[in-house]
Amino acid sequence: MRRAVMLGLAMLALAAPYALAAESQAADAVNPQADFKAFRKYFTERFPKVPLNDFVNGPYSMDAGLRKQWEEIDAFPPYQFAVDKGKEMFATPFADGKTYADCFPDKGIGIRQNYPYFDGKSGEVITLDVALNQCREANGEKPLDYSKDDMAALTAYMAFTSRGKPFDIKIPDDPRALAAYQKGEEYFYTRRGQLNLSCASCHVQNPGGHLRTEVLAPALGIVAALPIYRSEWGGMGTTSRRLTSCNSQVRATPLKPEDEQYRDLEYYLSYMSNGLPISGPGARP
Amino acid sequence: MASTIRVRAVASGDTTEVQALVQHPMDSGFVKDAKGQLIPPHYIEVMEFQHGGKTVFTAFWGPAVAKDPYIKFSFKGAHKGDDLTISWVDNKGQSDSLVGKIL
Amino acid sequence: MRRLGMIGLAVIFSIGGFANAALAAPADDFQAALAKAEAANKQAGALKNQWTTTAQELKTAQAAAAAGHYDEAIKDAQHALALAEASIAQAKEQAAVWKQAVVR
Repeated sequence: MRRAVMLGLAMLALAAPYALAAESQAADAVNPQADFKAFRKYFTERFPKVPLNDFVNGPYSMDAGLRKQWEEIDAFPPYQFAVDKGKEMFATPFADGKTYADCFPDKGIGIRQNYPYFDGKSGEVITLDVALNQCREANGEKPLDYSKDDMAALTAYMAFTSRGKPFDIKIPDDPRALAAYQKGEEYFYTRRGQLNLSCASCHVQNPGGHLRTEVLAPALGIVAALPIYRSEWGGMGTTSRRLTSCNSQVRATPLKPEDEQYRDLEYYLSYMSNGLPISGPGARP
Repeated sequence: MASTIRVRAVASGDTTEVQALVQHPMDSGFVKDAKGQLIPPHYIEVMEFQHGGKTVFTAFWGPAVAKDPYIKFSFKGAHKGDDLTISWVDNKGQSDSLVGKIL
Repeated sequence: MRRLGMIGLAVIFSIGGFANAALAAPADDFQAALAKAEAANKQAGALKNQWTTTAQELKTAQAAAAAGHYDEAIKDAQHALALAEASIAQAKEQAAVWKQAVVR
């Protein structure tokens, strides 16, 4: 009986009207610049008291009490061990004698804000995590698990070396890049899971609101703090870990880590955060 | 092998504020792993801070303290440049210690 | 006893056959219901829109069948089918309406 009710609710939710302005745009042309302006305007108008650069601090830009706790924690951050481990991993040569520094511009220091990028050769979006594994494989090493601590340690260190640098995500004049951007935008606004929620449901419609005891972060700047140490996890989490857990939380079967859809999503969200400073690695409740 | 202890001790006048972060699983013994087996208890039992040969702070921890514990406290009588010795012992008899400088 | 003869034996065997058919039916029905649900869930997978609850319900159905509770198992499989179909409907509808949610 309960099952029938739940199913009924799910079907009702599917038919639910959309709260946001439903101006059906006839424009099928993808216009990232226009999207960018509208996205930024939406958040800055909704939260006029939040300084633009503060959006990268997620829930802490939304809730003063939570912020105070975070400032205390950040004085001696829980991600410190991950950063130290990442630094060590980064400096350790592969079996063939090369290091990560040989794979990246500027020896891999202070470059996190340029990821993800669109790779013209493969026609795909390359995130930092994927680039690191490409580097490993090019040097005969086994790739790291995208959801586990080793990858989180490496990306924590690389984010740390980029702290404060503004996102600089480029969409080249390539229809494939525009398609990837739009697929990411589509993923972001598409409702999924039995709970029928999209990323936008929480992070565009309800930033600063509560989801049980958690304060929802605004979508603007949301990727700037990755990877994050979550108190809930008692440990670090990569972008993949966060996206797959968000999926299962709305009862959507997660995709494989760094699936094309996740990479396109990260591309879209990072582009929307252009100009905002890297705040990672972050600490979250 | 890097120490499990990170410390930052800052002297301001007569008072020194100490913050420490310790890397330790702090397994309570009540949590099951992915296979359904209990993870055996493994937690710090005693943590000590010493200055000038005297113990200035002792913490009696146990299974209720979470992973990678953080501690903050203040004490009087130390000066900038002094040594601060931090040590811990866990229920398996493992231990670590570190000597830090008061800033 | 001799009166039974070939016809008698044939009747006895055929009754036995009917009995077997009656016992086999729920298991077959379950397999059919499960196959339908799994096919639908696979279709949802092709749309990259499966629900975790669908997978759970499929497991529940299989567990009930393994324990011999076929009526329950069939109901569970039918519920899993409904969930899978809802997830397919969601994917198709969302593909058409997601643009309405975009901040302009």
